[in-house]
Order: sequence, then structure tokens, then C-alpha cells
Amino acid sequence: MASISPASEQMAISLRGVHKHFGALHAVDGVDLDIPPGELFGLIGHNGAGKSTLFKMMLGLLAPTAGSILVAGTPVGGRHFRAARRQLGYLPENVVLYDNLDGLETLHFFARLKGAPLQDCPAMLEKVGLAHAGKRPVREYSKGMRQRLGFAQALLGKPRVLFLDEPTNGLDPQAIRDFYATLRDLQAGGVTVIITSHILAELQERVDRLAILASGQVQAVGSVQELRERTGLPLIVEVDMAPEDCHEALHALLAATGAKPAQTPTGLQLQCARTHKMAVLAALAPLGARVRDLRLQEPSLEDMFFGLSA
Amino acid sequence: MAAMELTPILTVAAKEFRDRMRNRWVLAVALVFTVFSLVIAYFGGAQQGQVGFRSIEFTIASLVSLVIYLIPLIALLLGFDAIVGERERGSLDLLLALPITRLELLLGKYLGLAAALALSTVAGFGLVAVLLWRHMSAGALFHYGGFMLSSVLLGLAFLSLAVLISVLARERTRASGLAIATWFFFVLVFDLLLLGLLVTTGGQFAGDAFAWLLLLNPADVFRILNVFSLEDVRTLYGLASVVPASLGNPLTMGGVMAAWIVLPLVLAQWRFKP
Repeated sequence: MASISPASEQMAISLRGVHKHFGALHAVDGVDLDIPPGELFGLIGHNGAGKSTLFKMMLGLLAPTAGSILVAGTPVGGRHFRAARRQLGYLPENVVLYDNLDGLETLHFFARLKGAPLQDCPAMLEKVGLAHAGKRPVREYSKGMRQRLGFAQALLGKPRVLFLDEPTNGLDPQAIRDFYATLRDLQAGGVTVIITSHILAELQERVDRLAILASGQVQAVGSVQELRERTGLPLIVEVDMAPEDCHEALHALLAATGAKPAQTPTGLQLQCARTHKMAVLAALAPLGARVRDLRLQEPSLEDMFFGLSA
Repeated sequence: MAAMELTPILTVAAKEFRDRMRNRWVLAVALVFTVFSLVIAYFGGAQQGQVGFRSIEFTIASLVSLVIYLIPLIALLLGFDAIVGERERGSLDLLLALPITRLELLLGKYLGLAAALALSTVAGFGLVAVLLWRHMSAGALFHYGGFMLSSVLLGLAFLSLAVLISVLARERTRASGLAIATWFFFVLVFDLLLLGLLVTTGGQFAGDAFAWLLLLNPADVFRILNVFSLEDVRTLYGLASVVPASLGNPLTMGGVMAAWIVLPLVLAQWRFKP
């Protein structure tokens, strides 16, 4: 066991030197991670990067080959596993719940197993927008409704830490908005959320911090902004202007940033260091209204993901 | 290892039991038992040119040969899906991430299915007993009660094997194949194999230990439990009639059956991985 510092006990999740080997395969290969309470934390990686193995270990489904895992200050396995598990909510990827139970019965079943009060179940259905479908058998549910029922199940028992694996699969845009609004309410109450998604654009706008996992190791961890600074991927500037103004703008931008803009059908496009943002604005200011439009495109999470996990 | 708790076991058991009541599985199986039993009671002697109820001993002997095919099959089909089904729909990880141990989940599944199977067995054959009431003496009723109890035990033993299969198999299709193969082996092949060895060795095979080999098959244990001393029905029991009296003690045999219920579950718990 790695030594546990007082700081890691105050973390919602704390991983120290976590390894998981399946024979010769090192699915998780030395992961250290601290996630403070109330954080919305994203976990991204290619299939086979070790995401699900890490998830399963944090849930106590798999024992690590080496290292220690604390969830809400307690080890997830062992003698106190029941107390530790009551702090957790989990929504697995693509879970199929029981077709012959209705929505409310499904929640009753999980509430009993979690030791959560049964009278909370109707309110939970309401929270995920399924109050009208509580008496309908799950077999009649659409994919989105099943996903929402799965989410309701994870919220039973007021968990302190939520593990959500691809939770927005099958949800329509409105449901995705509602889902993240619910997460923000929970966060405000101190709930920690660990979330995975293949839709990086969706996570980019919403997570506080995230970790990029590849080959069983954390390649980078931080907020989207911190990762941007660290990866050094360029800023893309697009300037819309008349062709006769381009020459002047091109020289001004080149002088200000040291990068040569390319001419496009609508004006200019420039790739430059993110630190040159103000220099770009200053170079374009003298052109005034001749600049018809201006777009600054920050490197997206997707760009960083491919840069860091390749 | 955390201490075992009752609530998770009963929660899972209640769900499994209610599922089987709701989709009318219990009712259907009970009706199958009742109808088959009545047909056997009244027409079982048709090959000997007799139609109508003969004797309770004869009826039980005929029922034993019916039950020995039917109950293992029903129990295996009931249980093979228990764990592998959850695994395939992705809900096993969810269940195991709850405050429930693998043993509690396994016992909950087993007890719920066992209750459904036991209820349909008792209801199905119980109804027959009610209908045949006027033919039954107190002794006959006692024998019939023994038959019903041993039928329940037979079902529980094969249900236990089914749950073991469900833990070992990684896919539903493979589990169903294994379940059918298990049925073939214990119900059709095992006795033939023993008989074949006995005949080819001129009766020398395994010597006195031969009867003990029958204990390796819960279906044979069930037969032994139901053997009567009556000469005219002994022939109906095949190999089970070679069992020495010392082995025929119902308590001993009940113990063997209990082992057949417990051991596969112990193995299942040992091999049960998320």
C-alpha cells in the first residue's frame, strides 16, 4: 500500500500508483489522480485506453494489482465496502435494465439494495422527467427514457460521488441540457461527478477538469484551459475582409505575430501562438470597419485529445 | 470479507420470484405437472392393457420416471440465465457496484428461482393429490408427500447446477448449450454409461462400489429416494434398484441431495468474477 497523506483523505477520489495487469497486458499502468469534492471531472481516452478498467477499480469491482484507491476517504473494497458503496452512484455504459419491471419498481429495487428510502423514488422519476412513465413497463421505454431511468437509479441514496459512463448516449439535445443542469445542482451540493463521453465537444464546455488516458496512463490532467496552455496548439484567426484590404492586413499580422496569414476566399486565415491574441487585435484595429468579421478559434478538446493520446 | 446481510438477498430473491409469477412461469409449470400426472395416473397402465387408476405405488413409480426427465430440464432452463443474463445486458457491474456482495447476489438469485420452482412443483403435484384424494390411504399419502419433497430437492439440485453454469459461461448462448448438455449427461447418458460398463465387464465393474457411483448423479439419487420394496414396481426404477439397503436410507439420500444443492453453489461463488 502506498502511504496516504492527509490531503488525499479530503479528496472525493484519490488514486496512488494504481496498476492493473491482466497477464502481460498492463491495462492501467501507474495512475495517480486526485479529484476534490464537488468537481465535474471528465475521463477521456480511446477504446482500450484503460478507462473502463479504471472505472471498475474506482467502483471496487476490480482489485488493483498495485496501488491504493480511496473514494470519499475510504477504501472501496474490504470490510467497510457497504458504507463506501452507499456513497457511490453508478450508471454503466449501455446498461439494459429489467424489461418486465415498470419505472417505479425499477427504482424501488435499486433503492432497497442501496438502503435508500423508497419514498424518494417518485421524486427521482420526476427529476429525470419520467414521472408520467413510472407505471409503464421498461420494455416500452425509448432508449433515451431508459438512459434517464438509469441516471435516476444512480441518484438514489444521495451519493457523494457519481460515476457516469457515457451518460448522454441516446439523449436528445434538450435532455442533454437538462442532464447537465441536474449535474450542476448536484455539484453545488458538493457531489463529485466522474464522467466519460466520446462526444468531446460536449465535455469541453462542461467539465471542471479532465484527464486524458492512453495506454493505461494519464497523459494529461487539468482544465480545458490548462491543457490548451500546455499543448501549445495554435490559435486560428479568421478575418473576413474585401480582397483589396488583405494586403495591408497581411503585413500588419505578419509583423505583429511572426506568422504568415493565408489568403482565403473570404479574407485571411492565420495560425499563431495563443499568446499573440492581443497582438492580433492591435494589428487589425487600424483597419476599423474594413474588417467585416473576426473569429478566434481556440484549439478544441478534440484537437488536444488527438495531440496528447496519439 | 463483509458479514452477510439478509436485505440484499431477499430483495434480489423477491424480484426473481415476482418475475416468474408475473410472466406466469410458475402457473405454466404447475399446470404441466398436473396434466402429465393425471394422464400418467389414469393411462399409465395402458401398455399392459389397463386403463384407469391402479395404485398409488404404481402411479408414483410412473411419475418418478416422468419427473426425472422433466424437472432437471425445467430447472436448468430456469437458472442458466441467472448471472450470464445480467452480465450480457450490462447490469451485473451495476449490481456489483451496489452495497451487495457476490455471495448475496448469488444466493438471492438462487433463492428466488428456487421458490418459484418449489412452488410450481408443490402446487402442480399437490393438485394431483387433492384430485386423487379418495384413492389414497394414510401410507400412500406419506409416500406421495415423500415423492413431492424429493421432486423439489431434485429441482433445487439442478437449479444449483444451472446457476453454476450461469456463472461459468461468458455468453448466454454458451450457457444454454451447457445447460442442455448437462441435462443430456445426467438424464440420458450417465445411467447408460454405467450400465454399459457393468455389462461389458460381466458385472465386475467397480464391484461393491458400483452403487456408490449412482450418487454422482442427482437424478439417480432422486430415483433411490423413491424406490419401493414392492416387487411389481421395482422394475420401473432401473439401476436404482441395485442399491443396498444401507444406502437407501432416506435421510442419507436427503443428505446427498443437499450436497448436490450446496456444492455447485459453493463452486459458483468461488468462480464468480465481475
